[in-house]
Amino acid sequence: MSALLPLFIAIPVFSAIFILIIGKFDKKHFPRIWSILTSISLLVILALVWGKETIVHEMSGWKPPFGVILVKDYLAQLMLLITNGIASLALIYSFSYIKKYEDYLRFFTLFLFMLAGMNGVVLTGDLFNLFVFLEIASIASYALVGYGVDAEELEASFKYLILGAFASILILFGIGMIYAVTGSLNMADVARFLLEINPDGSNKSVLMVVGLFIVGFGLKAGLVPFHAWLPDAHSSAPAPISVMLSGVLIKVLGIYSLVRVFYNMIGMNPIISNILIVMGSISMVVGALMGFGQDDIKRIFAFSSISQMGYVVVGIGIGTPFAIIGSLFHLFNHAGFKSLLFLSSGAIERCRGTRKLSELGSLREIMPVTSGVSVIGSLSIAGVPPFNGFWSKLIIILAAFSAGYIWLGVLLILTSFLTLAYYLRFQKNVIFGELTSNTRNVREAPFAMLMPLIILAIFCLFVGIFNGWIIESLIIPAESVILNQLGYISSVLGI
Amino acid sequence: MTLYFLDFVLLSIGLYALVVKRHIVKKILGVAIMEYSVNLFLVLLGFKKSGIPPILTKDMDFETFIRTAVDPLPQALVLTSIVIGLGTLALMVAMAIRLYERYGTFDMDEINRLRG
Repeated sequence: MSALLPLFIAIPVFSAIFILIIGKFDKKHFPRIWSILTSISLLVILALVWGKETIVHEMSGWKPPFGVILVKDYLAQLMLLITNGIASLALIYSFSYIKKYEDYLRFFTLFLFMLAGMNGVVLTGDLFNLFVFLEIASIASYALVGYGVDAEELEASFKYLILGAFASILILFGIGMIYAVTGSLNMADVARFLLEINPDGSNKSVLMVVGLFIVGFGLKAGLVPFHAWLPDAHSSAPAPISVMLSGVLIKVLGIYSLVRVFYNMIGMNPIISNILIVMGSISMVVGALMGFGQDDIKRIFAFSSISQMGYVVVGIGIGTPFAIIGSLFHLFNHAGFKSLLFLSSGAIERCRGTRKLSELGSLREIMPVTSGVSVIGSLSIAGVPPFNGFWSKLIIILAAFSAGYIWLGVLLILTSFLTLAYYLRFQKNVIFGELTSNTRNVREAPFAMLMPLIILAIFCLFVGIFNGWIIESLIIPAESVILNQLGYISSVLGI
Repeated sequence: MTLYFLDFVLLSIGLYALVVKRHIVKKILGVAIMEYSVNLFLVLLGFKKSGIPPILTKDMDFETFIRTAVDPLPQALVLTSIVIGLGTLALMVAMAIRLYERYGTFDMDEINRLRG
């Protein structure tokens, strides 16, 4: 069973290279169909390893503290489901969307490399290996953001590239410090050392590592002092790439890595917890306030990503089991509704030729399906029952109150009203409202673009209605992995 | 200790170039300098004065080998990290050339169509 784990990385890498070779002969159809098949085969493999216990694969048969290992536990399983599920939908959507561009081959090659990098980050149990996969995913995403090679796209991509390279350097520096302190790079082994030398979290070198990791992974996650690249990159990228950036990349490279490193490796302490709560609440408020002033619908969604990631980080910072459940559930839901919104913005842009709030209007009459699903998406993200966003926000707010953070709970409630307000502004101007420009030639988007939208809308409603079942079967096992540092160490090292 | 301090000075020079300079190529150089300083830090972790290569031959005593050989792991890490850095650097330079074609300038303050 454990031999299946390397396939999550090997299949996308080899199929990316395969696309480059075979694509020389069939430039149009082969890359699109082959990449969809690749992502679906990854989902099939995920179904095969979907199980009860932690699976550890030792690469080349080297035992854990020495060799590189791949670990699939419940947290990794949840993240793999999000990553590969959203990637399949984005690839199906790209089937029609890619007709905007001339070059099909490199788009799908880079996409699959990014997918391989993210699967690697989720699965790896080794710190330096984490850095390598993080760089694979990041470099592919820098190139994909600037894929249209227009002036604005290149500018966004360059800003993202400079800040992303800076973040990677800090992360590598932190990994070097960890190696200097513990003499090991295996995360479970490092955790075991740190429990001995740093039980109360006051070791100076470890504190410096904490700072480096917060800045590095915080930049990748787009938390507020480090968010400058995010709105530009998200709004300039092609729609399927915006979906991957907002739905998966900032979660896997940012939030997941933070959680894995701080909870399972370094060990949570009040210092880290306070930093995360403060950063999360600032991101939440600033993202929501900035979302108001925007005219470009993709920028609204990008700022709302910052705001929603703030919710997730606040929950992680509070650190009670209830709060972690809320955070992971919100992470899971955010992947669904934010992907839905970005995909629908791509459909709107393709059919109307603009993304500006002031030039759009009355989409309900000319694009009924797209506007219907984007209403579902914006109601979910604004937290209207019975859609999924309501339940996860409710859990985080209740967790904040029950952990004694009264002001934080009030702030969370106020921010969700703000979110509702700017999504109502989006609905009023785009979906209802009056026709502002000539719409004679506007048709509904093609079927390959509508199908992922409908699937995601059903997902939002389904998760909202069957929230108890989803939390019990997916979220609580992942939460138990996060809070059980000793369990992680013993299950990975086998002691 | 002096070596670590000098390495930190190098990191600060890179950070200065990245933050203060407006010219794109100088920013890229800043990133490259920071990257080299972190690579140097990793090499310093495994460095021993008058150390021997970490290859265990038959006529060598294991105890003296442990005491005198340098740590080979950081060297392997640095090789990987240099290759990654090369990829990033190539992409940055390619991006800078494309930006110059579009904007006709290397000044980061004039490349500001995305606002808000």
